[in-house]
Amino acid sequence: MSQVLGQQHPISLYLKVWLLLFVLSSFSYMVDYFQLQGNLRWLLILLFMFIKAGLILVVFMHVAWERTALKLLLFVPPIAIVILIALMGVEANYVFLGRMMALFIP
Amino acid sequence: MNSDNEHVSEMAKTHPDAAQEQGRWQGAVTDWSADKQVFDMSWGKLMMWVFLLSDTFIFSIFLTGYMNARMSTTEPWPFASEVFALTIAGHHIPLILIAIMTFILITSSGTMAMAVTYAYRGNRKVAVYLMLATAVLGASFVGMQAFEWSKLIIEEGVRPWGNPFGAAQFGASFFMITGFHGLHVSAGVILLLVIAKRVHQGVYQKKGLQIVEITGLYWHFVDLVWVFIFAFFYLW
Repeated sequence: MSQVLGQQHPISLYLKVWLLLFVLSSFSYMVDYFQLQGNLRWLLILLFMFIKAGLILVVFMHVAWERTALKLLLFVPPIAIVILIALMGVEANYVFLGRMMALFIP
Repeated sequence: MNSDNEHVSEMAKTHPDAAQEQGRWQGAVTDWSADKQVFDMSWGKLMMWVFLLSDTFIFSIFLTGYMNARMSTTEPWPFASEVFALTIAGHHIPLILIAIMTFILITSSGTMAMAVTYAYRGNRKVAVYLMLATAVLGASFVGMQAFEWSKLIIEEGVRPWGNPFGAAQFGASFFMITGFHGLHVSAGVILLLVIAKRVHQGVYQKKGLQIVEITGLYWHFVDLVWVFIFAFFYLW
């Protein structure tokens, strides 16, 4: 069993990831501080978010060293969330249009 | 009895290095189809992962609800950068409290990750100190959140049903999402204190210190959720 010794990784790896998370969070904050707008803003926010989330999940939570069976357990069900987000996005646009029309057409 | 032992050793032979020999997908198929436990980990750790998966759904649904409310409202959404600005020593700094909270939570994740390593190395003392440091950082995060909430409720007059800055749904989304996350951090602090105390007492001497890794999974998840809240609620 690989779990007998558990997840042991060098402290230096954690310190590097920690530093990286600090830098990435600073970048995220800078996006707001310098008030970047438009597509560049959304792109940078999402980019930094996904890298940070990935680092936490892969290194801190040790998913990188887990077996594929667990990765499937973790990453297949959230596909339903992606579908929900897409559907709710479409629905929200529809409601928004209805509300705008109600403003102009009494 | 004897045949049982043979059976177990037979499984052990086919199993641990199977992934390296067969490649990752074949390894996953073997894990699921072979006559053995599917997930190669303790029950406690697997149940923590299943719980975190269900928690992922809860937070995703909150954030999706927030997206839906924000996209469908015809009122302008409050400008988070200014709503969460603070004036420190005469300087008006946008979003500064949230940035500090983010750094604190990341730091607590770092100390937690190191606590897990020290626990597995058998260094209980350092592991307990690192877990306590994690709990202190978590508690300070909750304290700052309490400050942020009281500032918004008392000074700015933000309510779940309305606020002076714009769209009424802002308050409901904010209190629901950050409140639920804050409850998770508070629960995590209590969990860390309890487990640190038990590790210190030597309760896990026989079972081994995987409990620290399991507690760490929960703590890192709380940090993971904050990454998404920070991006979607505060920066977007």
